[in-house]
Amino acid sequence: MTTRWFGARVQRVEDDRLLRGKGHFTDDIHEGALESYLVRSPFAHARIKSIDVSAARALTGVVAVYVASDLPFGETDLPILIPHPNLTHGRTQRCLASHVVRYVGEAVAFVVAENRYIAEDAADLVEVDYEPLPVVITPEVSAKAQHLVHDGVPGNVAAEMLQEVGDVKAALAKAPHRKQLRLRFERGAASPMEGRAVWARWSESEHRLTVYDSTQSPTSIRGGLAVLFGLPESDVDVIAPDVGGGFGPKIMLFYPDELLVPFAAMRLGRPVKWTEDRQEHFTAVNQERGQVHEVEVGFDKDGHVLALSDDFIHDAGAYTPYGIILPIITAAQVPGPYRVPNYRVRFRDVYTNATPTSPYRGAGRPHACFVMERTLDAIAAELGLDRVEVRRRNLIQPSEFPYDLGVAWQDGNRVVYDSGNYPALVERALEMLGPRPAGDHVGMGLSPYVEGTGVGPYEGAHVQVLVSGKVVAATGIPSQGQAHATVWAQIVADELGVDVADVEVTSGDTRKFQWGVGTFASRGAVTAGNAMAVAAGMVAEKAKHIAADQLEANPADLELVDGRVRVKGSPERGIPLAAVAVLANPMRYAFGGGTEAATQFTPRPRPGPPLADGEQPGLEATGYFSPTGSTWAAGCHAAYVRIDPKTFRLEILKYVVVHDCGRLINPMVVEGQIEGGVAQGIGGAFYERLAYDSDGQLRNASFMEFLMPYATEIPPIEIDHIETPSPLNPLGIKGAGEAGVIPVGAVLAAAVEEALGVPITEMPLSPLRLFELTR
Amino acid sequence: MKVNGVMHQAPADPRRLLSDHLRHDLGLTGTHVGCEHGVCGCCTVLLDGAPIRSCLMLAVQAEGHEVTTIEGLAAPDAPLHPVQQAFHECHGLQCGFCTPGFVLSVVGLLNQHPNPTPEQVDEGISGNLCRCTGYASIRRAVTRAAELTPSPRRGEGRGAERPKK
Repeated sequence: MTTRWFGARVQRVEDDRLLRGKGHFTDDIHEGALESYLVRSPFAHARIKSIDVSAARALTGVVAVYVASDLPFGETDLPILIPHPNLTHGRTQRCLASHVVRYVGEAVAFVVAENRYIAEDAADLVEVDYEPLPVVITPEVSAKAQHLVHDGVPGNVAAEMLQEVGDVKAALAKAPHRKQLRLRFERGAASPMEGRAVWARWSESEHRLTVYDSTQSPTSIRGGLAVLFGLPESDVDVIAPDVGGGFGPKIMLFYPDELLVPFAAMRLGRPVKWTEDRQEHFTAVNQERGQVHEVEVGFDKDGHVLALSDDFIHDAGAYTPYGIILPIITAAQVPGPYRVPNYRVRFRDVYTNATPTSPYRGAGRPHACFVMERTLDAIAAELGLDRVEVRRRNLIQPSEFPYDLGVAWQDGNRVVYDSGNYPALVERALEMLGPRPAGDHVGMGLSPYVEGTGVGPYEGAHVQVLVSGKVVAATGIPSQGQAHATVWAQIVADELGVDVADVEVTSGDTRKFQWGVGTFASRGAVTAGNAMAVAAGMVAEKAKHIAADQLEANPADLELVDGRVRVKGSPERGIPLAAVAVLANPMRYAFGGGTEAATQFTPRPRPGPPLADGEQPGLEATGYFSPTGSTWAAGCHAAYVRIDPKTFRLEILKYVVVHDCGRLINPMVVEGQIEGGVAQGIGGAFYERLAYDSDGQLRNASFMEFLMPYATEIPPIEIDHIETPSPLNPLGIKGAGEAGVIPVGAVLAAAVEEALGVPITEMPLSPLRLFELTR
Repeated sequence: MKVNGVMHQAPADPRRLLSDHLRHDLGLTGTHVGCEHGVCGCCTVLLDGAPIRSCLMLAVQAEGHEVTTIEGLAAPDAPLHPVQQAFHECHGLQCGFCTPGFVLSVVGLLNQHPNPTPEQVDEGISGNLCRCTGYASIRRAVTRAAELTPSPRRGEGRGAERPKK
């Protein structure tokens, strides 16, 4: 393989249509669809005494109104996506609630009408009689278990898990210094600019269900729909077209609409669509990050960590559809890039009457990073040592890889860091950060971090050279803006020796590629990227074998360059890849485009049947990549901030990032991921707070009051890369999607703490909160 | 109303939002709806040349006015408009959902300030939310768009100081 494209700042092939307004988002599809709206619970916890939909059904233009009893799957609990032995009391909601609602926004009835305006009018006519029940809203309140979210779940505890490496009790007892901290991280919301949307059509004549869904996992949606509706998987197509940002919550399935829209389309014989509005997005789409940690650390006089005990509660929300992946990730990622010789971590996953939680960009890691970094800053403060020096003394060294942490990882294996150079990240970040700006109320924060990326089980790809010489490639996992069509074209173009513009990638369309898992956990580049390389490599080998017959050469002496298969050292002896594609398909009937070269009266270079035993027609191949373990990306962020002592306004004076995701496929795309992640981190640390009241009402469910940063809040970010290739995949790459967000809270907490001289033990912050803390 | 240079009848339904009318009645789905309460800016279009939120306006209110949507900036077979081109060159978009609104806001900004200062850039895009890029690349795109935009005022003031490309 030559590497003309891999590593280059190739401009994106997907931009042109998006810039011209010719993108293809789910709500852009209509095709005569009925439109729908969900009636949702206004109570955080209530018994449903009755539901009366008669007035709604009678409204002109209403086609159907469904409640749970109208659904064949109405009494079925939705699946627990990731079962785990420690999830002893997992609970999931039903598609439509009929007995009890457990969070504001839980779906109760589904209205289908000639248009959305009528559907919303009809939803207002649905009469639901609720009997309010006591509300449990914070993880601390939940852990006290004065009231239960679910009958039959004692203590509100869905799961409990304890892991220990070494002997923490003994090591703490012997440690010369000990420190206890209580650290609190609140919920956050991913808030992609496109809310969720579903469009479905049932074709009776073709016996075929087609669903467009703004999901991060069309293959899983397809599998689930087939099971629930009793259809062969082969009769169900699910397509994630252009998706307007994901950031985690769109990996959750099934949201009720993902079943109701296809169900209604099948029942009514007309296409049906549903598009979420922003207000429902705030309560109906999964959130994350609520955790409370009780930490005890033992350390020596030089600041070396000797033992760390972390006991935390994780806010599950009202249900546990995603299992306990989030607290498992947090437990695994607390030690981060540091040696913790004795580590004990226990978590309890507790129910609250709030929107369920599942991964949001960072997925358990920003809070883990916050816990460890706050702990190290506390050690430095206690000993009067430099904060960076304390970090240096505890960092895992480059000679120590692979580094086995001894705790469980989200893929069922143990955490083993594959490669990295953590000290180099810290030193480079310090160098970039430069001297401290003058003035009062200035603070510095620095945080290295690690990120487990590229989890399995696998992804696959199909690559085909067409008779025109153009290449098409497909994989199962969709893009939500990560430039899949560009970066995979780069990989394929290198393997096949063609121009990147000649490779057209489709992702997230089960009609083009039916196998795969999804886009989440910074795994796309590692899993699907390597699958693309595998498949394209197989195509290249096949091309060499076919061309070898024509060129009377040994396949090993051939190379693919500039759209031709040619003899190494004799570039004039070659054959266009397009011609090889023709020859790959022995035919009786030519159809133009040079295909007469493969017909039966054209002399063939070798005897025997046109397709030898074991050969397949077409210059195409399907390849898969299944990793043995996660690749561990890492980085270091550092910043100077100033806090105005009167208004407590945050000013980020400088923000630097050094990032290591192994070999970079496209630095421009990686930098875009980092810049976006840091902005999301800044929003989550200082502007975006989900203000639940004690009744479980989200009081700021709009962009007017949930303050996502605009350009005016986000400073320029300086980025540098180091590359320690992963030994776990042929391309040496690690994931990059979530890295930007992970250490931002830790960095800003440290910087604000120094700027104001008050301990920071919570996230998010705000001017008001800083004012309170300094009183 | 005139949309992208073509006369259209306003919809009969008086409560039809301009954004819904453009998307669902005229099929101009490049105008996106991100919040429907006027904060995110995804639905930005030009009304008589100035950026407005099409989700905060009823379609009937646009009667007698000229609307430009993202589809109207460059003909399908023509090269990209300079602002579109700049967003491409500077990786100013990822998922592309907020992009039409940003592009039209920047067109409006450059109409007003052909050579914007960094403060004017931030101000000009501060009515649009983007969740993917962190805005750095969008800022770069605005500066690049100013370079690419032929301006009658080029040759005066700050524009004259720009080094020739």
